[in-house]
Parts: sequence; structure tokens; C-alpha cells
Amino acid sequence: MSDIAIDALDKRFGQTQVLHQVSLAIADGEFVAVLGPSGCGKTTLLRCLAGFEKLDGGQIAIGGETVSGPARHLPPEKRGIGVVFQNYALWPHMSVAQNVAYGLKIAGLPKPDRDRRVAHVLDLVELGPLAKRRPADLSGGQRQRVALARCLAMESRVVLLDEPLANLDMHLRGTLEEEFARFHARSGATMFYITHDQAEALALADRVAVMDRGRILQFAPPQALFRQPASEAVAGFIGEGRVLDGEGLHPTGDGLARASVLGHPARLRCAPGERPRPRARISIHPGDLDLVPEGTHNAISANVTRASFRGAYLRTEVMAGPAGDVPLSLNIAAPASLRQGQRISLALRDGWVIPDTAATP
Amino acid sequence: MTRSAPNSPTSSGSDPLSLADNTPKRPYRALRLPSAPDGERLLLLALVLFVGVLSIVPLGRLAYAALFPQGGFDAARIAEILGGRRVAEAVVNTIWISVAATLLATVTGTLAALMTGLTDMRNRTLWVFGFVLPLMIPPQVTALAWIQAFSPASPILGPLGLSLPPGTRHPLYSMGGIIFLLGLYNAPLVFLSVRASLQRLPASLLEAARANGAGGFALTRDIVLPLIRGGVFAGAALAFVSAIGNFGIQAMLGIPARVSTLITLIYRRLSSYGPSALNDMALLALLLAGLTVCGMAVTAWLGRRGDQRVDAAQRPPRMALGRWRLPVEATAWAYLLACLVLPLSALFGTALVRGYGQPLNAETITFENFANALFHHEGIREAFATSLWLTLLTVAVLIPVAVALGYVLVWRKGWVARLLRLASELAYALPGIIIGVAMILFFLRPLPLIGTGLYGTVWVILAAYLSNYLALALRPILGGYAQIERGLDEAAQLAGAGIFARLRDIVLPSLAPSAMAAGILVFMTAINEIQTSVLLVSSRAQTIGPMIIFLEEAGSSTLAAAVGCLMVLLVLALMGLSLIVGRRLPEGVLPWRD
Repeated sequence: MSDIAIDALDKRFGQTQVLHQVSLAIADGEFVAVLGPSGCGKTTLLRCLAGFEKLDGGQIAIGGETVSGPARHLPPEKRGIGVVFQNYALWPHMSVAQNVAYGLKIAGLPKPDRDRRVAHVLDLVELGPLAKRRPADLSGGQRQRVALARCLAMESRVVLLDEPLANLDMHLRGTLEEEFARFHARSGATMFYITHDQAEALALADRVAVMDRGRILQFAPPQALFRQPASEAVAGFIGEGRVLDGEGLHPTGDGLARASVLGHPARLRCAPGERPRPRARISIHPGDLDLVPEGTHNAISANVTRASFRGAYLRTEVMAGPAGDVPLSLNIAAPASLRQGQRISLALRDGWVIPDTAATP
Repeated sequence: MTRSAPNSPTSSGSDPLSLADNTPKRPYRALRLPSAPDGERLLLLALVLFVGVLSIVPLGRLAYAALFPQGGFDAARIAEILGGRRVAEAVVNTIWISVAATLLATVTGTLAALMTGLTDMRNRTLWVFGFVLPLMIPPQVTALAWIQAFSPASPILGPLGLSLPPGTRHPLYSMGGIIFLLGLYNAPLVFLSVRASLQRLPASLLEAARANGAGGFALTRDIVLPLIRGGVFAGAALAFVSAIGNFGIQAMLGIPARVSTLITLIYRRLSSYGPSALNDMALLALLLAGLTVCGMAVTAWLGRRGDQRVDAAQRPPRMALGRWRLPVEATAWAYLLACLVLPLSALFGTALVRGYGQPLNAETITFENFANALFHHEGIREAFATSLWLTLLTVAVLIPVAVALGYVLVWRKGWVARLLRLASELAYALPGIIIGVAMILFFLRPLPLIGTGLYGTVWVILAAYLSNYLALALRPILGGYAQIERGLDEAAQLAGAGIFARLRDIVLPSLAPSAMAAGILVFMTAINEIQTSVLLVSSRAQTIGPMIIFLEEAGSSTLAAAVGCLMVLLVLALMGLSLIVGRRLPEGVLPWRD
């Protein structure tokens, strides 16, 4: 088993506290992404897991064995963890095959077995013909596959990935995301993927931990992060979300509620235990707003401040609400044309009531 | 967790499903290389022992002997020794000579760096090589070459009739002569430091000043000089440390001129009175160390808040000298002619004549001196052999130690690492003669386990070399580490490699050019070394460095010149070799490469 239990982790560098009480329970074979802006502590969290950093508090257990804790620190070379580094960290003086074989050689695997396993792994990532090449002669995508092959050869039960797509150009990313998914399916390893790109995190992971300033804000499946954010910070961060004020919240059962948003009644989703309250904070996304014909009943009127062409749709920024001071964005399907200053009517199709406990940050 | 041995059939890797099924088959740990429970701690302990025994403890012993000779602090004794007329005179001379020489070196070195770094002067590479070359020649050889410059055998001044008639007082046998030579000798140190600063200068800052209408002179005065101030004073600090501890020049010129400095005073007292003067000389050595540290502190204070801008992407644009180009180039080459060709040609001239004082011509020319130096003179041959194996052993020990120490310094921070670095830097910065006195004190008494003392044997010299040159070996290696990506080591760690396997398989291959450069630097410095070994040589252990002084003192000037020539040739050969192996080296590792 290689489940990971991170419990109340604290990490300081000098006076700055980089990680605050970070706790995550990751199941065996799960693909977890840690998402956050740069400097939020996600790389430090990865380095703690790998054993490059010692903890100031809390503990980490992998497969039930404590690897970092108050009294114990298993060095990285004893943890059996694979890491795909941001720039892959391929040893430049070794060939592709030697890079993949190094860990097996250190482990004392006899040469025939080693060669067989390396050849097999290189075939799996379709690098067999390049086995004799040096890393410098490979393209970015090929280097990435060598780094993955290194983890495959070691049969690492836990693989950590540190922003592995950050250095690659856009069109390569899609192919490589697929590569990770295949790697995950093939190896069944527990994957821990660090990124600042939410599209990557939401597309790849079973569960995503959203991190900010050294704290985990929410740890949930991608759909839940998008549709049921636990706090205003997550609501604002994921999927170009906006947070609006709602008044006179009345749950109606079945996880639904009524409230007044931007001066108009709206039907919203809410948590099962939600109680009536005078004020609430509502999470919406651009897709929750629709353009409706002028004069529609209960429509929200808005003023276009900017409309920009994005190919399949028109990205539109508006000011809405009774006082015309609430900025909103929405995507209007092409063909459409809007002018700056034009008055339009909008309908709010969906929204999520952010639970009260987290509403006050 | 179940783990099966990797060589069992189930995990042979031939079965395509073996990577997809969920039972872990990570190679069994018992099969891993036998390694100590914590290799890194072991390594750190070894490094602490190495630096501790070779640097910290001897220097501590020196301070103890200086201040508490009989186990107690005696202020009256200290006042009596330091207040003596001869000591006071030596202190004043030392300060005056090193400060004046530092000023000369700073002005010359900065001008040279500005000229080669910012102007469109031609043949810069060759000129830089010539300008930096004197730094690589042992100081006692430089002093000897300058002394010979005015001899009748000089191929330049001799035919011009400008040589000194025998019996007249040599102009360099004076305080001014010492300052002049020390200044010239250390100018390349300032040059290298300033050049490094210039290379980091962002081009855009200079271009902005240009756009504002600043001409070449105004640009240099208002923009360049303030920005490279840190580099100028860092170079001045190096020049000061080098001048105050330069035994070769101070002894070769100062002893005949009766200009006493601290370093020559310690040498002369110890060679006349032997170990009985040790405690008093320890006090003087401590005083010299204090002066050195003071000088470094003053220059550090003057250069404080130096601009640390780094912009390696773009070199500053070169300024056109215009109609000044020819005069500037002429001055630059005339400087090299006067400071390099004049003394070195005289040295070769003297080495080629039968007897000192003869002019060099077809009748007097002979290769007898070289033949004597190389084959017939037993003392020289043995000293050279001793120096050679001592130096090779020093390189063989120091390079692995420096690679390991560099690892700790660069990738494992902490107070132990900082202390190790400080100790090795201190042992390098302090004049070699202080290390010499410290080593005598430390090894004078019989060693506890062996029962016999190392004093007077060649092993004390080895210990002094190891202590003295660790920082020298460390510098290029730290530069090499800066180019290795940390992830390469971490990836190997995750692959299960312990510290020693990583150093061998990952670090060393990437570091090889830097390690080679470090080896050549240490070899070049140690093979010609004089400051430490001049105190430690005995009838049983002679090295080649002090041989020139002994030969010159014994009146064999022509033989001394021949030995000096051979040293210069050795240095040139090593520099050439380093240029061949050093193609892939990071910039600035080899000082003589532009």
C-alpha cells in the first residue's frame, strides 16, 4: 500500500512560515494535484514529501510507515519515491538507458535483469530507439518521457511531479497530459502533481488541493471545487469565478435555496445543512450567465464595458446590479456583436451559496 | 508491504504486466550497496576533522602560545616584546609597505581592467595573458629577475650600457624597491577582481548614460567607477593580503637592504634562535595576522554596499578610443615590456653566462647552469623531487576533499558548513609564514599515538600545504557547483544513491573540468611555494621554492637564475596545459584566460 497521510505539517524557513498545519489524506493509487499560485508553498510541500526538507511540526506517513516526523527523518534515498523534476534532472553525462538504469544499478540489480527492465520500460514510453542518445539530443517531450521511464523502472509506488509541463510550449502540453494519465493507469502509483495551472490540475487529478499562503483551502474532486467551493478564495480562484452578495437566503430543501442576487430573485444550490440567513455570498462562473432578450421578466440589466473577440465566443465584461457597480464577465456564443456602453439583459442560471463558516476569511 | 527480490522471476521485467499490476516489486533493500547508516553525517564529520586538525587547531595553538606561553597571561611580556625598537620598526615598515604597494596595485590593476574591459584596444587577449603572467611566477623568482635586470648580462639594458657597475648599490634594495615590486606583482589580483565586476555590469546602464550624452571619460567616472567600486576594493583587499604576506619579495630585497618587516623578522629570528624563540615569534605572527585581518576589514568597509547587479546576458559595449587608440596601446605594451620582458630576459641572460657580472655574448654563453640545476646539483634535484611529490600528494588529497566540502557548502547550508568555509578561507588569507609557525608549534611535540614528532620532517610541510591551499582548491570547484543543477543530485538521491555514490557518479563527472582547474592551480602554487616551507625546511626536508633564496645567499647567482628560469618554464607549461583542458570551464576560473 502506498497511501500518504500528511498530518498537521508545519515548515518554517527562518522567520517565514511556509506551511501552516497542512493535512492531506491521499488514497493508494490516487492522482492528486496541488494547485496554487507561485510562492504558496506547494513546492516546499513536495520537497517535504520527498524528504529533502525536514519538518518543523507534524508528520508524514507513506503506506502506514512514518517517513517524516518529530523524531524520525527517512532520507530521500531510502523512501523509494519517484520525482519528475520541473526540468527533468536528467544526468547529462549518461545516455537515456543509463539514466533509466542508474537507480537499478544502485539497488544492486544484476546487469542482465537491469538491461531487460530498462529495454522494456523504454519500449513502453516509445523511446527504445533513442536508448543510446544523450539527454541533450532529445526534445522537451522526449526528456519528459525519460524522466517518467526512470520512475517506471524503479516501480516507484509514489511519484511526485513538480510542475512538469511548466517549461513546455502550449501544443505539447495536451499530448503530455495524456502521457501522465497513461503512466498513472499503467503503474497504479500514487501521483502527487504540483502545478499553478488549474486547467492541468482539473483535467488530470482525481482530487485537487487548492493551496494559498501555506494553507490548504480545499481538498476535493475537480467538479466539487468548481461547483461547490468551500470558501470565497476558492470560488474566486477556480474557473474565473466571481463572488456576489445574496440577500434573504431561504433553503427550500433538496440542496436548493432562494435568494435575491443583484436585486433579482434567483434559484441557487446550497449545502444540505444550510439555514435561512439575511446575507450570503454566492459563487458564480461566466457560464452561469446568459444573454436574454430585452424586457425578459426578472432580467438583470447590465452595461457593456468591453467586448473582445475570442474566436468561438465573445468575451464580455459588464457592470451590473441596481447601482451598476458590480463587474461580471460572460461568454456570448458567436456570431454576436456588442458595443461598449450597450445595455443588455442577463439571466443568472446557476449559483452556489458559499457555506457560512468559510464565508468570513 | 511485501517486497520481493528483483532477481526473482516475477519481477524480471520480461512480463509486460509486471509494471501494471499493483503489487510493489521495488528492488529489495538488502541488495543495495553497503553504506553507513548516514553517509552524509559521516562525510561532514570527516570534513570537520580534516579542517579542524589542519586549520583550526594549529591556529588556536598559535594564539595560545602567543598569549599564554607559560599557561598564564603576561601583559608585561607582551608589552616588552611588542615595544622593542626592532619590532616597532618592523611593524611600521610592514604597514607602510603593504599600504603603499596596495595603492600602486589598485591603481594599475583598475586602469588595466578598464582598458581591456571597456575599450576597443587591439590584441587584448595576448596583453591580458602577459599582464596576468607575473602573478603566476613565484615572487622569489620575480625578485631575482628584477635584481638581475640591471646586471651586465641583461640583453636589454646590458647592450645599452645602462647596467650597474659592480659595487654600486642596487636601486631596488630599498623600501621604494619593495613597494614597487609588490605593487606590480599584485596588480593582476586587482585587475581580475575589477574585470569580474565589469563583466557583470549591465550594458543597459552604460547605454542609458550614452543616450544622455555622456562621453567616454564622463561615463567611466560617473557610471562605471561607482558601479565597480565593490570589485575595486575586493581586489584591493586581495592585494593587501598578498603584499603583507609576500615573503619572497620582502626577503630577497628587504634583507640585503636592511629594511626589516614583520615577516622577515620572524624568519630571521627563527632561523637564528630555533624553537627557543617560538613563543615570542608566535606573538609576532599573531600581530601579523591581526594586521592582515584589519586590512581586510578596512577594505571591506570601504567597498561596502557594493552594487551586486548581475547581468551576464549582455556585455557592456566597447568604447572607441579614436585618436587615443595608438598612444594607449603603445603605453600598454611598453608597460609589459618594462615589467615582464625586462626582468625575465635578464633572468635568462644571467642563467646563460658562466659567472655573475659577465655580459651575455658568444664567448660567455653556456648551458652549464641549466645542466647543473637539472642534473648535477644534488640539493636542487632532491628539493625538486621532494616538492614534486609533496605537491602531487597535496593535489591528490585536496581535490576530493574540496569536492566533498563544496557539496556541503553549496547544497547543505548550516553553521557547520559556514564554519568550515571560514576556517579554510582564514588559513588561505593569512600569510603562509603564520601557518608555518602554527605548524611548528602544533607538531613540535611528539604525537600521542606515534610517539615521534613530525617537526623537521617533510610531513609538517604537507600538513601546512593542505591547510593553506584548501580554499584555493575550493574556489574553482564552487564555481563548478554553481553550474550543476541541484535536481541532478536530488534525482540520484531518490534513485537510492548514498552520498558517496552520488559524489562519484553524478557530481564528479559534471565537475571534472573545474576539479582539473583546481588541481592545476594548487599544483602551480604549491610547487613554487616559499612562504610556509622556508620556515619548515630542514636538512632532512628541502623544497625547491626556498632554494633560490639559499642559492642567492650563498652567492650562486647564475645557478639561482637557472632554477628561476626552470620554474618560469614549468609555470608556462602548466598554464598552456590548463588552457587546453579548460575549454569547457566556466568563465573566470582560470585567471589568465580572457
